[in-house]
Amino acid sequence: MTALLDIKDLRSYYGQVQALHGLEFHLSEGSMTTLLGANGAGKTTTLRAICNMVRSTGTIMFEGQSLNGKSTENIVRLGIAHVPQGRGTFTTMTVEENLQLGAISRKDTKAISSDIERMYNHFPVLKQRHTQQAGTLSGGEQQMLAVARALMLRPRLMLLDEPSFGLAPLIVRDLFKILGKINREDKVSILVVEQNAQLALEIADKAYVIETGRIVMSGNANEIASNEDVRKSYLGY
Amino acid sequence: MSTIQETVAKTDAAAVDAPPKKSMALGRTTSLVMLVALLIVPLFVKNFVIFQLTMLLIYGIAVLALNILTGGSGQFSLGQSAFYAIGAYAAAILIEIGNVNYVLTLPIAGIICFAVGFLFGFPALRLSGVYLALATFALAVAMPQLLKLGVFEPWTGGVQGLVVTKPDAPFGLPISQDMWLYYFTLVVALVIYIASVNLLRSRSGRAMMAIRDNEIAASAMGVDISMYKTLAFGVSAGITGVAGALGAIAVQFVAPDSYTFQLAIALFLGMVVGGVGWLPGSLAGAAFIVFVPNIAEGISKGLSGAFFGVLLFLVIYLVPHGARQGAIYAETLLHKLRRS
Amino acid sequence: MDLLVNQVLAGIATGAIYACMALAIVMIFQAIDHLNFAQGEMAMFSTFIAWQLMQWGVPYWWAFILTLIISFAAGVIIERVLFKPLAKAPVLTNVAGFIALFAIINSVAGLIWDFTIKQFPTPFGSSPFMGSQLISTHQAGMIGVTLVLLILLFLFFRFTRIGLAMRAAATLPESARLVGINTGWMIALGWGMATAIGAIAGILIAPVVFLEPNMMGGVLLYGFAAAVLGGLSSPLGAVIGGFLVGIFENLVGTYIPGVGNELKLPIALALIVIVLVVKPTGLMGRTVVKRV
Repeated sequence: MTALLDIKDLRSYYGQVQALHGLEFHLSEGSMTTLLGANGAGKTTTLRAICNMVRSTGTIMFEGQSLNGKSTENIVRLGIAHVPQGRGTFTTMTVEENLQLGAISRKDTKAISSDIERMYNHFPVLKQRHTQQAGTLSGGEQQMLAVARALMLRPRLMLLDEPSFGLAPLIVRDLFKILGKINREDKVSILVVEQNAQLALEIADKAYVIETGRIVMSGNANEIASNEDVRKSYLGY
Repeated sequence: MSTIQETVAKTDAAAVDAPPKKSMALGRTTSLVMLVALLIVPLFVKNFVIFQLTMLLIYGIAVLALNILTGGSGQFSLGQSAFYAIGAYAAAILIEIGNVNYVLTLPIAGIICFAVGFLFGFPALRLSGVYLALATFALAVAMPQLLKLGVFEPWTGGVQGLVVTKPDAPFGLPISQDMWLYYFTLVVALVIYIASVNLLRSRSGRAMMAIRDNEIAASAMGVDISMYKTLAFGVSAGITGVAGALGAIAVQFVAPDSYTFQLAIALFLGMVVGGVGWLPGSLAGAAFIVFVPNIAEGISKGLSGAFFGVLLFLVIYLVPHGARQGAIYAETLLHKLRRS
Repeated sequence: MDLLVNQVLAGIATGAIYACMALAIVMIFQAIDHLNFAQGEMAMFSTFIAWQLMQWGVPYWWAFILTLIISFAAGVIIERVLFKPLAKAPVLTNVAGFIALFAIINSVAGLIWDFTIKQFPTPFGSSPFMGSQLISTHQAGMIGVTLVLLILLFLFFRFTRIGLAMRAAATLPESARLVGINTGWMIALGWGMATAIGAIAGILIAPVVFLEPNMMGGVLLYGFAAAVLGGLSSPLGAVIGGFLVGIFENLVGTYIPGVGNELKLPIALALIVIVLVVKPTGLMGRTVVKRV
């Protein structure tokens, strides 16, 4: 397996405050990786740094190509879909328009409508609500819409920022099941940031633990899940 | 990458934005030097230059008024020309029709404008940022037409306007009318300047600045937002009215088309050039709006608008904090020189 | 009754001017959340360009189209060069920028074309429209053009990908970037379109108010009133607001004694203040919740 995403010595800053202190990790093609850690550890910052939404130094390579100095929209156009915290739904537009927007940078306009149908198969509830304003959807439905919107890009890599945030446990379980399916069937590599470590470790193949802007632990997901000490000291369950 | 650089630039700018409290006014030595200069200069120049200096002080007062509003309480006004006009007309009508002494017209004009500003401030209260700019813009554009109204013509003289008699120096002082008016204006300007500095240093001033920096936080601290915002509007309008009254006396003429939106632009420009929230900068800003048009018109007629515009752009790009930035720069330079 | 109907009709005719102007104002407000105080001057300058082209012998409709293209390009350039650097600056700085633009354009137009009043042709003729004395064929044409423009804008924003992208960039810039939209260019595009719409407004207005550098002062104020009444975020609202303001102006002028042309601007002022105070979101605007 080749590295899809390779990050070296990543340092990010909010004004004068340094949030990441030389982060290093890599993601294999086709993998489902999770980034775990407590509040303020730097998980969201890592995702934002990949999309150049925060001032950073270091190297980020995607498919052998450097992302440094590229604008957010151009990074997205390379095939990195980012589902931000809070979902970033265009609440005043319809569900269908949100999906259209996900594919807005694609050139192959003909395939878009069939992709929208595919999304409706993944998430039947979105089909029921396709003419509704996205703001009227429930939290879980909006999260599904956000994932579907990201997939409309036909991404090589999908970044998910706390998809479980504010959702009922049952819905979270559903969502993660679908994510696993997407990862296997559509060959989309996924990097998911989670506070709900237990659940994330269940579906991920690989896991990194981040603390105060540094990677403190990495390994296969099941190894980390079974390591009592790691669980107690970093993951808190 | 572009977003990142902008964030950096902004943090740098913010450092200049919060100068030490004392730089709200000038240091004692600088103030004295300025005062002496203002006292002596008229003795050595021609009457026309004295007149221009008088206008400099008058516009200085008007810019100061806008500065109290924007720099002090964070509200915008593109409508200062309207209050200036009301003050000017109040003075002109009182002097010419009411036979009131010109000295008395100043406080009356101030009170009238305070009242108008306070009343206008009430609805404006609910507005912020662009909306307030819009409402006051409308006021400035509409004012000349209001002044031309047929109903008021017996007092305002309609489109023709009113001629105002220039006052003589009192007590048989052996100085020209222009010079007397200059010193008279200087005294008024000093009183207003000192009062304004003290106002912004007072409890009310701190309340206003708290509103400017964060309205919601200020209200959470118990600051009566609506009271202070309207008050700032009223005070600013009142001071502008005094400037307008002085202007009417100095120019000896009021007419609706002297108080168009162009005047509002000029005052706004004066504030930006002088540095928002830095009261001494008002004089620098006023100097800019009095002398620059002359220079521009000297090059080509009708060019002053373009000149103003281009300079305004240069100021907001290069020295977004106006003359204050220059002053701070000079001060640090002076410190360095002293140390070495 | 007949008088009322006629006055309403005449009001709609003048309202078409305000509607056009309000459309341009709303276009920019949508893109950057600022009111462009130089919008009227930009429209005036575009109109002068059209006039100049016609003076050089370019036929009306060719001049019209050329002017739209030039205006669009100018709008994009103004945004890229002058206002892009101010994107993150405080409101005050932006207002200063618009005012500077206002002063520059007004002054330059005066320098090039001087301040004498010029006649501007109309393609619709100026005979009475369908026998009515109050509305001329030009005014009817203006109403037609405004409505066509509104429909085109609606179709553009609803059914084209670029329109969708522009809406996305205007509502949630960060999310828009995350789906690969270059939001900076969307803003520039918004400026270009607004400038072109302003040019249409100017060209339609010029036969009525005559061409000179200060022609737009009052119109812009009424355009603002219309835009505010319509809610600043809705093109449809802007057009409806424009017609309503036109009707209101006409009815007030007819039925309230002593209020004639000389109170035109104060009426606009009163309208703006009243709408902003009573219903700041206008007729069709969205309520924006401010985060603490």
